[in-house]
Amino acid sequence: MELLGKTRIDFIGKRNISFIISAIISIIGIIGVIQVGRGAANMGIDFSGGTSMQLKFSKPISIADARTALHKNGIAKADLQEIKDGNKLLVKMAGAAVGKPSEMVQTAFKKEFADNAFTVESSTEIGPSIGDKLRKDTMVAAFLSLLGIIMYIAWRFDFKFGVGATLATMHDCLAMFAVFYLMNKEINLLFITAVLTIAGYSLTDTVVVFDRIRENLHKNLKGSMKTIFNDSINEVLSRTIVTSLTVFLAAVSLFLFGGEVIHDFSLALLVGVIVGTYSSVFVASPIVVILEDRALAKETKTA
Amino acid sequence: MPKETGWRISLIAVFVALSFLYLTPTLSSKLPSWWGSLLPKDKIHLGLDLQGGTHLVMEVDTQKAVEGSLDLVATDLEDTLNSKQLRFKHIARNGSDKVSLVLYEKGTADAVQKLIKDKYPSYEQSPTFDEGGFVAMTLRVNEKDAQDRKDKAVQQALETIRNRIDQFGVSEPTIQREGINHIVVQLPGIKDPQRAIDLIGRTARLDFKMVREDISPTSGNIPEDAELLKEKSVDSKTGAVTEIPIVVQKKSMITGDLLTDAQVRIDSQFNQPYVGIEFNSLGAKLFDQVTAANVGKRFAIVLDNNIHSAPVIRERISGGSAQISGNFTEKTAADLAIVLRAGALPAPVKIIQNVTVGPSLGQDSINKGLYAGLIGVLLVVVFMAVYYKLSGMIANLGMVLNILFLMGSLAALGATLTLPGIAAIVLLVGMSVDSNVIIFERIREELKLGKSPKSALDAGYDKAFLTIMDSHITTLITAAVLFQFGTGPVKGFAVSLSLGVIINLFTSLIGTKVTFDLFLHKGTVKKMSI
Repeated sequence: MELLGKTRIDFIGKRNISFIISAIISIIGIIGVIQVGRGAANMGIDFSGGTSMQLKFSKPISIADARTALHKNGIAKADLQEIKDGNKLLVKMAGAAVGKPSEMVQTAFKKEFADNAFTVESSTEIGPSIGDKLRKDTMVAAFLSLLGIIMYIAWRFDFKFGVGATLATMHDCLAMFAVFYLMNKEINLLFITAVLTIAGYSLTDTVVVFDRIRENLHKNLKGSMKTIFNDSINEVLSRTIVTSLTVFLAAVSLFLFGGEVIHDFSLALLVGVIVGTYSSVFVASPIVVILEDRALAKETKTA
Repeated sequence: MPKETGWRISLIAVFVALSFLYLTPTLSSKLPSWWGSLLPKDKIHLGLDLQGGTHLVMEVDTQKAVEGSLDLVATDLEDTLNSKQLRFKHIARNGSDKVSLVLYEKGTADAVQKLIKDKYPSYEQSPTFDEGGFVAMTLRVNEKDAQDRKDKAVQQALETIRNRIDQFGVSEPTIQREGINHIVVQLPGIKDPQRAIDLIGRTARLDFKMVREDISPTSGNIPEDAELLKEKSVDSKTGAVTEIPIVVQKKSMITGDLLTDAQVRIDSQFNQPYVGIEFNSLGAKLFDQVTAANVGKRFAIVLDNNIHSAPVIRERISGGSAQISGNFTEKTAADLAIVLRAGALPAPVKIIQNVTVGPSLGQDSINKGLYAGLIGVLLVVVFMAVYYKLSGMIANLGMVLNILFLMGSLAALGATLTLPGIAAIVLLVGMSVDSNVIIFERIREELKLGKSPKSALDAGYDKAFLTIMDSHITTLITAAVLFQFGTGPVKGFAVSLSLGVIINLFTSLIGTKVTFDLFLHKGTVKKMSI
C-alpha cells in the first residue's frame, strides 16, 4: 500500500507562507519562554516551589465550594482544578513553605465537607531552593542538548545544513512553548523533558530530508537549488509522513489512555511530532536553499 | 544459509535468551529454589510514582551543628576553669563561630590563654581586650574545622536517619547524601507518610534539666543561666492543648547521648504506655548523683526544647533506668522510643521537598500506562501490517524484539521504571519501526528501479544506514543530557529512552535484516511483499 504516489509539490516555493506561519508560532513561543523566564507563565511547582495535592473525594465536589472552604480557613491563594473522572481535585499553591499548607488544606476540607470523605492521592511539596536549583539545572540541560545536536549536525552535514536543522529544532521547541502558553498549560519538568525529547526526535525527519538532498546534490549538479530541494522533499515525503505517523500513533494512545499524570506530557509530544514533521519540510529545507542561493550569488559575483 | 546470517541469528537468539533470563526475577514473584546464586536476581524496580511512596529531600542545618560544638566548648571551658579555680565572669558562644570569655583580671587571662592553647590548639585566639573594665577575649573556630564539623554533621544525620528508618520498618528504603548538605530519602510503599516524616525530621535532642522553682515563669526576668521552656499537655478527652511555662536550668544534667536503650512499656496500673530508658555507665552514675542530691526537687525531661514532663524526684535512682511517661498513645510512644534509640540528629533538618504518591494512584498509573502502551503497539502493528504487508510484519517482529531487549536490559541494570519511563517505551514503539520505514521506503525505490528483491534489500539497508545512525544519535544526545540532569521520573524516562535508542539500532539494522535474508538468500523470490 502507498499513501502517496509520486508527488510534485512546490514546497520551497511556498516558503513565504510557511515562513510567516513559522514566524508567528516562534514569536508566540518566544513570548512564552520569556514569560516562563519571568515566572509569569503557569509554572509547575517543581520550578516555582510550593505545594500541589491531588485529592479524591467520595462524592462530586464543585470548585467554587472547594475554594470557599479554603478561603474560610485562611488559604487565600490556591489554584484549583477538577480532574474529570472520579471526583478528583487538584490543589496548587505556589511559593508556599513545605509542611504546613498541605495540612491546612486537609483540615479545611475535613471541616467543611464532613460528609464527603477524601484521600490524598498524591502530594508534592517543594521548597523554593530546590525550585531554583531545578530551574538552573534545566536551563543547563536544554542548552547542552541543543549545543550537542548543533555540533553533531554541523559535523555530519555542512554548516548551512547545520543552521537549517538548528533553526528548525528551535522552531519545534518554541512551537511547543507557544501551544502550552496559549492553552495556559502548566510548564513543569515533564514538559521540559518532552521538549528536549522532541528536540532530539524531530531531527529524524530533518535528517531524512537532508540526506536525500545531499545525495541528489552530488548526483545532479545542473538543476537549480530549488528544483533539487523540491524533488528531494517529494521523493522522501512518504517516509517523512509515515515515520511521524507511527510515533504519532504511539503518542496519541498515551494522550488518550495514559492517565492524568502524563496527559500534558503526551500532549506536548503530540504537538512536537506534528510540528517536527512540518518544520523539516517547510522550515529546515527552505532555509538551506536561501543560504545556498546566497552563497552561489556571492560566488558568481566574485567570479 | 550464508555464514553471516548464521551468526547473526545466534546473536539474536542469545540476546533473547538473556533477556528472558534477566526478566525472570521481575516476572515471577518467587524465584524457584534451584535459581542459583550465579543467576541474576536484579529486577526492574518500580519508581515511587508507580508503586506509591514518599520522596523526601532534607536540608541539614549544618550551621547549628557548628554552634552546638561551640556550646560544648563553652561548657567545657566553664567546667575546666571552675575546677582550676580560675575565676571568670562569663563564658558563652558568641555568634556563629566564636566563644567569648570575660574574666576579672589580667593574671587569670594569661593562665586561661595558655590553657586554651593546650586544650584547643586549632582555635584562633584573639589578644585580650578591655570590655567595660573586664578582661575579654574570643576564641574563633577555624574555617576548616567548621567545614569538617558541618560535613560530619551531615554524615551523622544520614546514619541517624538510616537507623530510624530501619527501626521504623520500611522495605527497600533509599537514603543518600546529595550535594553538600542535602539528604534524599525514598520510602517506597509507605502507608502513613506523615508519621514517617515526623519521625525522620525530629531532632530528638533529649535533656534532663533541673527546674528552677525560685524563679517565677511570669516574672520576665530570667537569669542568664536559666531558660523559660513550655510544657505542652493535651487533654485526652477534649483535645485542648494547654501550655505551662516552666523555668529550668540552662545547663543539662544529663543528655540523650548517654542512653543505651529505649523501649515502649505499658504501665500495669493505668494501662498507659510509657517509654523506659536505660543509661550507659556514665549516664547511670550521673543520674544516680543527680537524683541523690536533689530528692524532693523537680527535674524536667526536655525533648527538642519542649518540656515533656517535669516530675518530682521522690528518691535516689540508681541502676541506670528511668521512664518517660506522659500522654502517649502506643504509636507516639513507639516513635519516641525509636528516635531515642537511634539517637539525636546532630543538627536540625528541614524538609525542602516532599513528593508523596498514594498507592492507589500508583496502581492506576501502571494500569493506564500499560493500557496505553498496548493500544499504541496495536495501532502501530496494524498500520505496519497494512502498509508494508509481510515486510511490515518483520518490522513488527523487530519492534517486539526491541521491547523484549529493552525490558531485559532494564532488569539487568536493576533500573527503576517510572511512568515517564513507560511513556518512553511506548514512544519507542513508534520510533523503533521508523528505521524500518526508512529502509522499506528505500527498498521500494530500488525495486521501482527494477532491481531484484535481494539487491534492492541490500541497497536499501546500505543507503539507509547513515540516515538511521544520524537520527538515532541526535535522540541519544538529548537522552544522555536528560539522564545527567534529570531526577526521579525524568531520569527513568532518560534511561528507557537511551537504552531503547541503542537497542533499536541493533534490532533495525541486524534483527530485521536477518529475517529478510532468511527468506531471500536463495535469490529465488521473485516478488517482495512490501
